[in-house]
Amino acid sequence: MNTGNLLELNNISVVYSDVIQVLKGVSLRVEKNRIVSLLGSNGAGKTTTLKAISGLLKPENGKVTDGSIVYDGVPVQNLSPEEITRLGIIQVLEGRQPFKYLTIEENLRVGTATRWTKPYRKDLEMVYDYFPALTKRRKSLAGYCSGGELQMVVMGRALMAHPKLLLLDEPSLGLAPLVVKEIFRIIRRINEEQGTTIILVEQNANMALQIAHYGYVMENGKIVMEGGVEDLKENPDVKEFYLGVSAGGAARSYRDVKSYKRRKRWL
Amino acid sequence: MEFFIQLLINGLSVGLLYGLSALGFVMIFKSSSVLNFAHGELLAMGAFLFLVLVSWAKVPVFIAFVITLAGCFLLGFVVERIFLRPLIGESLIFVIMLTVGLASMFKGLLLFFFGGNLQTYPDFLPAALAIRLGSISVPPVYVASSLMGGVFLVLFGLFFKYSSHGIYMRSVADNQTAALSLGVHVKKVFALSWAIAAMVAGMSGIMLGIINGINVHQISSIGLKVFPVVILGGLDSIGGAIIGGIIIGLLEAFTSGYISPSLRDVVPYIILVFILLIKPYGLFGLKEIERV
Repeated sequence: MNTGNLLELNNISVVYSDVIQVLKGVSLRVEKNRIVSLLGSNGAGKTTTLKAISGLLKPENGKVTDGSIVYDGVPVQNLSPEEITRLGIIQVLEGRQPFKYLTIEENLRVGTATRWTKPYRKDLEMVYDYFPALTKRRKSLAGYCSGGELQMVVMGRALMAHPKLLLLDEPSLGLAPLVVKEIFRIIRRINEEQGTTIILVEQNANMALQIAHYGYVMENGKIVMEGGVEDLKENPDVKEFYLGVSAGGAARSYRDVKSYKRRKRWL
Repeated sequence: MEFFIQLLINGLSVGLLYGLSALGFVMIFKSSSVLNFAHGELLAMGAFLFLVLVSWAKVPVFIAFVITLAGCFLLGFVVERIFLRPLIGESLIFVIMLTVGLASMFKGLLLFFFGGNLQTYPDFLPAALAIRLGSISVPPVYVASSLMGGVFLVLFGLFFKYSSHGIYMRSVADNQTAALSLGVHVKKVFALSWAIAAMVAGMSGIMLGIINGINVHQISSIGLKVFPVVILGGLDSIGGAIIGGIIIGLLEAFTSGYISPSLRDVVPYIILVFILLIKPYGLFGLKEIERV
């Protein structure tokens, strides 16, 4: 099933506005048809990593200054987003950015921008099949839809582009637990049925580790840990800092005040 | 009553032309949030290109019209490419100042080549286009401009509502980063909107030239009338531009007919103030959809 790496980041550094270094030598590999999860706290550089891959650093005055990003055997670092999206890499932005004044269906049609010469009806059907909740809202303005619907819209319009590599930035942000479950179920289905490789950035480590095959943990612009999800789930540091359980599996006892602050082993 | 109807018809046809000229302005604003102060000069460029082709090169009228539209399309494209593209990402005020500079440049060029005298097209519209109802007569130029206005309005409406490229253009206006993330060619969208805007401007320039004669100062000052029109209609609404244009056209016609021709240019502004007091986004402007 594995046919090698679809994407390789080799020791990349990212600098904003020529002075602010955000990524300090990040390396990661993504195998074809896999879901790879990128965990880490706020400001760790997860979103920047995704933007370095998708080319969206450019409009924010950021740049990959070092290292290389190899996608399907071709170096893609610092290409424009127009070029990168046409290679099959689509990023779903953090915080659901719909086109508010377009209807749901028009939102989905924007996803055809990379392949506008091809017919799109079938793709619409496919998206409505993945997200049945959108079917009856197809004619309403996106600005008036709920957060869960919007998350479906932005993922749906990314699917319209037939991505080979889908970058999902915090799809669970601000959603009710049941909706989160639904979204993650669909993510796994997309991965299995379409064979889409997915990089999943999440705060919700618990959910992310349930559907991912492999995981990376980032901190301060570096990768501090990586491994198969089963290993990560068992790792005491990940448990402590990202899953919120202590070594025993039960909630932490506050009696042992002295051991209250577990040191991160990698610092 | 006949006088009223005559004024109504004049106001409607001139208003439709105002709306048509405002259309291009709205397109540029919608896609890139740039207020184009050179819009009046774009009108004039179209009018003069047509003049050169028809009066000097003696090209048949229909072919000249098509060449003018194509030429203006190209002009808009080139202007975006050379002058505006380097400013993408800079503060909007720089871009707006640039359009002020473009306005003087175009005006200077036109004055240099054609001088400030009033020029006229040869009379080419067939007299059969005139409509006569009893004692009311509609001159052919008004009929022609209303027809053109109507046709292009419908075409643009369909283009923006249903065609893929129309939807991409609206998506860029809506959320540029998201459009970029889906691979919409934002620069091409800007270029296309300038090209289409210049084309529509050129067309309305020709019509205004037929009605009033062609003079650089006069046509470019009509470009300024675009401002009350679009503010009235809502800066980002294409339908609003047309309806705003018609309202201003009617106001002008009735003011000059019933009150005094010298108040023609003032009364529309007074009404504008009152409408804006009630509807601050303009009649059809987008209300900000705010998610709380």
